[in-house]
Amino acid sequence: MTKAMSGAKMVVQALKEQGVEVVFGYPGGAVLPIYDEIFQQNDIRHILVRHEQGAVHMAEGYARSTGKPGVVLVTSGPGATNAVTGLVDALMDSIPLVVLTGQVPTFMIGTDGFQEADTVGITRPCTKHNWLVKDTAKLSETIHQAFHVATSGRPGPVLIDIPKDVQFATADYTPKEKTRVAHYQPRLKGDPDAILRLVEMMEAAERPILYTGGGVINSGPHASRLLRELAAATDFPVTSTLMGLGAYPASGKNWLGMLGMHGLYEANLAMHGCDLMINIGARFDDRITGRVKDFSPHSKKAHIDIDPSSINKVIRVDVPILGDVGQVLEDVLTLWKARGSKVNKAGLTKWWKQIEDWRAVNCLAFKNSEKTIKPQYALQRLEALTKGMDRYITTEVGQHQMWAAQFLGFEDPNRWMTSGGLGTMGYGLPASIGVQIAHPQALVINVAGEASWLMNMQEMGTAMQFRAPVKQFILNNERLGMVRQWQELLHGERYSHSWSESLPDFVKLAEAFGCKGIKCQDPKDLDDAIMEMIRYPGPVIFDCLVEKHENCFPMIPSGKPHNEMLLGEADTQGVIGAKGAVLV
Amino acid sequence: MSALNIKKGSTSHSAYDLRDHNATVIESHTLAVIVENEPGVLARVIGLFSGRGYNIDSLTVAEVDHTGHRSRITIVTSGTPAVIDQIEAQLGRIVSVYEVHDLTAEGPCVQRELALFKVAGKGEARIEALRLAEIFRANVVDSTLESFVFEMTGTPEKIDAFAELMRPLGLREIARTGVAALSRGA
Ligand SMILES: Cc1ncc(C[n+]2csc(CCOP(=O)(O)OP(=O)(O)O)c2C)c(N)n1
Ligand SMILES: [Mg+2]
Repeated sequence: MTKAMSGAKMVVQALKEQGVEVVFGYPGGAVLPIYDEIFQQNDIRHILVRHEQGAVHMAEGYARSTGKPGVVLVTSGPGATNAVTGLVDALMDSIPLVVLTGQVPTFMIGTDGFQEADTVGITRPCTKHNWLVKDTAKLSETIHQAFHVATSGRPGPVLIDIPKDVQFATADYTPKEKTRVAHYQPRLKGDPDAILRLVEMMEAAERPILYTGGGVINSGPHASRLLRELAAATDFPVTSTLMGLGAYPASGKNWLGMLGMHGLYEANLAMHGCDLMINIGARFDDRITGRVKDFSPHSKKAHIDIDPSSINKVIRVDVPILGDVGQVLEDVLTLWKARGSKVNKAGLTKWWKQIEDWRAVNCLAFKNSEKTIKPQYALQRLEALTKGMDRYITTEVGQHQMWAAQFLGFEDPNRWMTSGGLGTMGYGLPASIGVQIAHPQALVINVAGEASWLMNMQEMGTAMQFRAPVKQFILNNERLGMVRQWQELLHGERYSHSWSESLPDFVKLAEAFGCKGIKCQDPKDLDDAIMEMIRYPGPVIFDCLVEKHENCFPMIPSGKPHNEMLLGEADTQGVIGAKGAVLV
Repeated sequence: MSALNIKKGSTSHSAYDLRDHNATVIESHTLAVIVENEPGVLARVIGLFSGRGYNIDSLTVAEVDHTGHRSRITIVTSGTPAVIDQIEAQLGRIVSVYEVHDLTAEGPCVQRELALFKVAGKGEARIEALRLAEIFRANVVDSTLESFVFEMTGTPEKIDAFAELMRPLGLREIARTGVAALSRGA
């Protein structure tokens, strides 16, 4: 039965039908009818943020940690424009979001009305798809389609712009099952011929590597299980991009660690020296490939991806397999077993021996100090003291993010939320709140840099209001550390504006928000301070004063191939050419 | 709808793709993109080209199926084979796009463009313009004692050639529709 109702009511009804439990939002004139409906029900929880960018990152954290789409509700004009950074962030990292924006009434569109912005125009390249709904009769159907588009194929953010008169007008509600499913139906099954070719190559390979990415996580927990099964069945080494950490466990026997610009030596050299690279849900991002011309020159490459445009975009592959990672891995494993496949034992043994030699370099070694807290040490301690806990980690962007990826171990998917593609400073604090809202009992830690953290620190108010006991673990080097590192290595040590001047007193700031502040600067006090943070039942701002001039290694400078990696300070003299300096 | 009934040929992701993808030579390709005729769909397509730095050499669009609300966008673009493949894949990703056909890769196709030329002149030049128009099978659709408007349909090259000839004879203005294209055969 269809039922007549107002557009505003339809919004709430459609969200309920989609199983939405939480909406992150901020009200304003153009969404007041929807807020009125939210007021009159108890099924959907609304989290009032402090800035719309925060709402989107919270929804991202929620989505990434649950596998469900995140939902955002903001007003027209500035509400919508404030959400833009979050939309692009979600687009780059393939996070499913449904963002609802209010709009001036249809009869005022185009008149430069108060708080009018061309939201669909502005967000067209920032979303997977967007809609301006001009007719209440189409509203509920559009919302159902939006969920379908956001979550099918390669996930991503979608936006629905809803003029205020459309929210007030009444029409028949179209339930989910009556909704004309969009023609948008991405292919999930991989081509059997290509899968056979891959299996044959896997049988012959002497130096194989599984190069996994965020696609494994997006495909669902099932895909991570299959990846583990595949690694166990073949004994192939596994590396992962920043986005894919946790799909294969850090304690797993085949784990090489993260690859890429700040990836592990053994992972990058294995990528460079392999004879078969199997890309599973990754996209040959420039942080991974370094100089494309010299990327893994002697390997045959297979690429499993659900997005046809990811295949052959950057690196030409020999075996493209278009499909969902979970489904393709399942077919690969089935065929592997059915054929009674065997790996090239002699080759693989030699390959592992080579990898062990690389591993012996111990590329994450750093010079610890008795006097100052080294950021790496702080993360080692955080890892040791939280291991085995029901733990979720978010990060901001910078050196601390890379150190977190290197020094924290992830045993399961959906436990690691970081801004990879866009590299958005200010992501981590709101993302941690979104994660905590989804997992109220878990330990949620945002590993932050002081500069990034300030970008969305207003969201501590949200954490307080909604009792989200998030732990803000700030590695405070009083520097825009990553910028400083590049200036040191690429710009003749001219540290142009990379100081964090006039920092607040974070402990007092915590008190001002009504939460707990902890300051630690002596390595001897660190363990106790971390334990105090973990045990505190509410939000904590942890000001961890660390070494100011530590550089993050290993590092593959922009424009260099994998085998020209810098391992430590001694390697850094005059290594980055002018050509590399123009790259970001 | 016959206009939509385009046969699927060898596309970039087919197993029979024999093109050299490492080639750096720039090729011109004509793409037919069948889209949902909804507000903003053209902006999505054009935004993709400008946002990713692809070329648009010609673009036409019109609804070709009024009941199904399908429009056909014909785009002439240029790039290396790898770039052309990317364009096709990126277009295919747009939610309002139903089909993408690389007509150049799928086999022979016919391409036509309509153009109007305003040529002003007197005496010999005027007679010469009219004579050339006849050779090119251009129609006179407007005339005054000092001017003609010629209408011509043909390949873009033919239209270029005619424009070159008209230039010294008093060419004032040209209006071109851009290319419409269909694959040859059933
Ligand atoms: C919104 C935004 N602006 C600028 C940058 C460029 N950027 C990358 S890392 C960085 C410094 C981050 O400093 P901090 O958060 O203190 O982290 P650290 O590198 O010191 O660990 C900057 C400015 C960015 N990534 N995002
Ligand atoms: Mg810093």
